[in-house]
Amino acid sequence: MPYDQPLVEKRDYTLTGPNAQRAVELGLASAEWYHSDVPRKVMKELMARTDQPAIRDTVIWLGLLVLTGIGGIYFWGSWACVPFFFVYGVLYGSCCDSRWHEAGHGTAFRTGWMNDVVYEIASFMVMRNPVTWRWSHARHHTDTIIVGRDAEIAWMHPTSVLAKFKGILSPVDAYQSLKIIARNAMGNTSADERDYIPASEIPKAIFAARVHMAIYLATLIAAIWMRSFLPFMLIGLPRIYGCWHMYMTGLIQHGGLAEDVIDHRLNSRTCYMNPISRWIYWNMNYHVEHHMFPMVPYHALPRLHALIKDDLPKPCPSIWAAYAEMIPAVLRQRHQKGYYLRKELPATARPYREELHQEVPDRSSMEA
Amino acid sequence: MTWITACAVDDIDPEDVLRFDHAGQTYAIYRDPKGAFFATDGLCSHERVHLCDGLVMGDQIECPKHNGRFNYKTGAALRAPVCINLKTYPARVTDDAVEIEVS
Repeated sequence: MPYDQPLVEKRDYTLTGPNAQRAVELGLASAEWYHSDVPRKVMKELMARTDQPAIRDTVIWLGLLVLTGIGGIYFWGSWACVPFFFVYGVLYGSCCDSRWHEAGHGTAFRTGWMNDVVYEIASFMVMRNPVTWRWSHARHHTDTIIVGRDAEIAWMHPTSVLAKFKGILSPVDAYQSLKIIARNAMGNTSADERDYIPASEIPKAIFAARVHMAIYLATLIAAIWMRSFLPFMLIGLPRIYGCWHMYMTGLIQHGGLAEDVIDHRLNSRTCYMNPISRWIYWNMNYHVEHHMFPMVPYHALPRLHALIKDDLPKPCPSIWAAYAEMIPAVLRQRHQKGYYLRKELPATARPYREELHQEVPDRSSMEA
Repeated sequence: MTWITACAVDDIDPEDVLRFDHAGQTYAIYRDPKGAFFATDGLCSHERVHLCDGLVMGDQIECPKHNGRFNYKTGAALRAPVCINLKTYPARVTDDAVEIEVS
């Protein structure tokens, strides 16, 4: 391990800097990505939408939120409220991320308005502007971990251990998220936001941020009126005390893996998990599969995984194993430029295509 | 404008889509649930994603990457992140072949 070497040069991850131009010049922007072979008829079956699984899961989710919320209120002031708020917090502060994600993809439900309603509720819970994040996540899927293009890169090199630790401390992250919503509510958008959001969508983003801030203001008024911070235990604070599961699962999606490649097997991680975590996370542990075929609903990902696993690196057997392989890789990336964890492919897999982007024909001539 | 053969009728199932490349352009050929054929540009107007990998639902095609949706009969953009309509082309069936009219 080259830990005695100096830190690698800091990369520019902004979407308006030189790396954005570099990504375009190298053919990494909007490139054609590697896909495992899945017969068309099977893929159509996998992508088919149905309401039933997400209705079931959403009834359980919201039902448990109400029940544990009532329990927390009832026992407020005694230690007996702790287990209720522990569960409520995870349902609010961690489930919100996976529900935001899946509903944002439009794959949770077959019925469009159900996706939209869950998306708006979950966006509020996770403290994300529903408009700006819809566009940033579209970019994340177009240009996954392409430096200068992807607005959702969680691990930026060289990773500062202290900054990362501070970043995943939920109060710091929630504060930063709230600050962005407040900035949007005041009518301000950043240069990066304006890079991936069409101008016509900016007013919608500002309106959504104002709705979020109005709800927090109403919560504050209720807390002052009640002379208690109980209202914040139910709205807002769960994003801090209940988001640990969101971080635990989210950080392993791409950590320690490659940048600037167009083969999701090189930059995304699939990890087996216990059924409770998979329910909270809505099967996003099948992350390579999700990035390769993002229109496959969460409930069909285990079937997709079974179909293509022989073309993918062996999944991490547990969350613990994912961290065990990721942390040394991230630390090594601090000192060794270009290093990434290159996972071994099974003999049945087609080889990695790191250089696939060089083989993509110039499609500008195909444009109408 | 020229009519060119894109595929055979049986190449596309009802409520499905097929890619067709011709003279440096890529097209998407659709067969609706009733068996009628339609054609649009092959790449999504949001990002350069081939629509032939997407899901046809009724008279809509969904981009396989971002959930953007178009009415493939009119080209109308229906759902974010697509904002720009898709160019459509006339399609017809002649002797079990699907033809589209291109410039």
